Amino acid sequence: MTMPLGQKITFYVLLIVSALLIFAPTLMAFVMSFMSNKDILTGSMPTSLTLDNYRQAFSTFPLMQYLINSVVVSVLIMLGQLVLSSLAAYAFVFLEFKGRDILFYIFIATMMVPFEASVIPNFHIIRDLGWIDSYAGLTVPFFAMAFGTFLLRQNFKTIPKELREASLIAGMGDFKFYLTVVMPVAKTSLVTLGVYGFLTSWNMYLWPLLATTNDNVRTVQIGLKQMQTQEQLNQWGVIMAGAVIVIIPTLLLLFLGQKKLQKGLTEGALK
Amino acid sequence: MKNIEMTDITKSYDKQKNVLNEINLTIGEGEFFVLVGPSGSGKSTLLRMIAGLEDITDGIMKIDDRVVNHLPPKDRDLSMVFQNYALYPHMSVEQNILFGLQAKKVGKEEQRRRLIETTDMMGLGDYLKRKPRELSGGQRQRVALARAVVSQAPVCLMDEPLSNLDAKLRASMRVEIRRLQKRLGLTMVYVTHDQVEAMTMGDRIMVLHDGSIQQVGNPIELYNEPANLFVASFIGSPKMNIGKAVLNRAEGRLIVEDELNINASESLMSDIPNDASITVGIRAEHLTYATKEDATHFMEAVNVENLGNETTIAFELNNEIWTVKWPGQWEIEVGEMVPVKISCEDLAIFDTGSGRLIRAAKRVSKGAVPV
Repeated sequence: MTMPLGQKITFYVLLIVSALLIFAPTLMAFVMSFMSNKDILTGSMPTSLTLDNYRQAFSTFPLMQYLINSVVVSVLIMLGQLVLSSLAAYAFVFLEFKGRDILFYIFIATMMVPFEASVIPNFHIIRDLGWIDSYAGLTVPFFAMAFGTFLLRQNFKTIPKELREASLIAGMGDFKFYLTVVMPVAKTSLVTLGVYGFLTSWNMYLWPLLATTNDNVRTVQIGLKQMQTQEQLNQWGVIMAGAVIVIIPTLLLLFLGQKKLQKGLTEGALK
Repeated sequence: MKNIEMTDITKSYDKQKNVLNEINLTIGEGEFFVLVGPSGSGKSTLLRMIAGLEDITDGIMKIDDRVVNHLPPKDRDLSMVFQNYALYPHMSVEQNILFGLQAKKVGKEEQRRRLIETTDMMGLGDYLKRKPRELSGGQRQRVALARAVVSQAPVCLMDEPLSNLDAKLRASMRVEIRRLQKRLGLTMVYVTHDQVEAMTMGDRIMVLHDGSIQQVGNPIELYNEPANLFVASFIGSPKMNIGKAVLNRAEGRLIVEDELNINASESLMSDIPNDASITVGIRAEHLTYATKEDATHFMEAVNVENLGNETTIAFELNNEIWTVKWPGQWEIEVGEMVPVKISCEDLAIFDTGSGRLIRAAKRVSKGAVPV
């Protein structure tokens, strides 16, 4: 697209300003994590940069344990969602059974129910199962995911029916077709969904707060909150250092995922 | 090798109108059988029923004298080539070809042997490591064919395999498929909407229209003696010229579309029932050029297509367009009255109501081969 230079400059200036506005809190947190407490509280520009905040964050809080917990929980949820969603989507696209479409719409309708509404029943169930303070209690309630099934179903629908028919004639069963054809062909969507699932569970706050009572299984988001309230006087530098560490996996995944996503997209369909 | 037998095969969706009506058909061993018809005629549905991808509503389907109505596709021992090739986009050519063999648990060495044999035959040796998207349309088509060949199934089904290719490639693939079928002795069922493909490839052709068989026969039979008006206008290019006609027995004249007045012979008149309302058809090559002296009729040219080796001229005849095809180059202006010769022996006579053939054209255009 070509546009006059003046217009171009205006656009870019506006874009840069809004980008700065949106990014400012993150940037501030990043800078503050390297500043001494004195500088932060006086609100001056940093006089010296130090890694003390990071050292302190790791030594005074079980931050490492939190991080490990978060990784385990997020990866488990991501895998569980991918497996269940893709299997369900496969059934909704490639298996023919009575009432399939109606069932699908009912399934999709559960997206309308906000998570908060199901928190209490979910909590009762995991309490009765004795899953409080366990990875199972933190992850299993999130495995079934209407959105993921919907996303993958839309993607599976673009796979030509002839591929399934060709495999039927070759004598391939449903499960083998799912594994050897559908999964590789739908790679892009799987990655997208995986990244989405990972980030959502990484940033989850309410559920881990309810389902955990000790540091052994607590996730990093809860840990961050604890940093704030345990001390009389908030050590903002330490909190920011913790926050920066928490953001890193998110950013990393976004960058990696993006690259993979582009690769997947260019692969394209065959026609 | 196997034959396919169908008895009263019927198909309907959700108990609605029948898509296919009581199809009775036997396809012989090693035969190249073409199912042809306009879109929506049910030809693909029939093919998919043979493959087992579509349920049979009623009737009996036998392959090799075994009832296969409820046999899953994989147990029918057949291969299929799809219109869009149905290649697995994430697999290389080699994997695509061998995919079916792996599913059938054929030994590794046997797989290798068949792969080399097939790819040599199809000229795919250099492309084994490529992905389908890196191939041209013709090459993809060849991979799809190779996949069918490598399975060594005695029955091969093809669903409009050439319709995504350009005209030149289509012509060469026609020959290739035909040769392949003969060489391997396959029983081939080939679906197409293109009557040229049907005419050039088929040992026998079945013309389908609205779910019913119109005619089954070898290509020349269909061309010379079309069973009804539908077959007459469907088979042949350009299509047969058709016009309503009235027979005047007293004067021995046949009047076509109120314009052409043709001399009717005794045998022609005796072949036509008394009260029949008739439609006549004449092939483009039977409307021959005449000098002004021996012309039987003059017709007004409305369009002239000079192709170099032959010329197609369209004439207007009382709202109908009739076309003729004459060899060589003709310099005819649009609007010119062109002298032509029409003989009643070249006319095919149809019953207007039922569309059925009453009398076929008596003369056929034989090549110059000494008999």
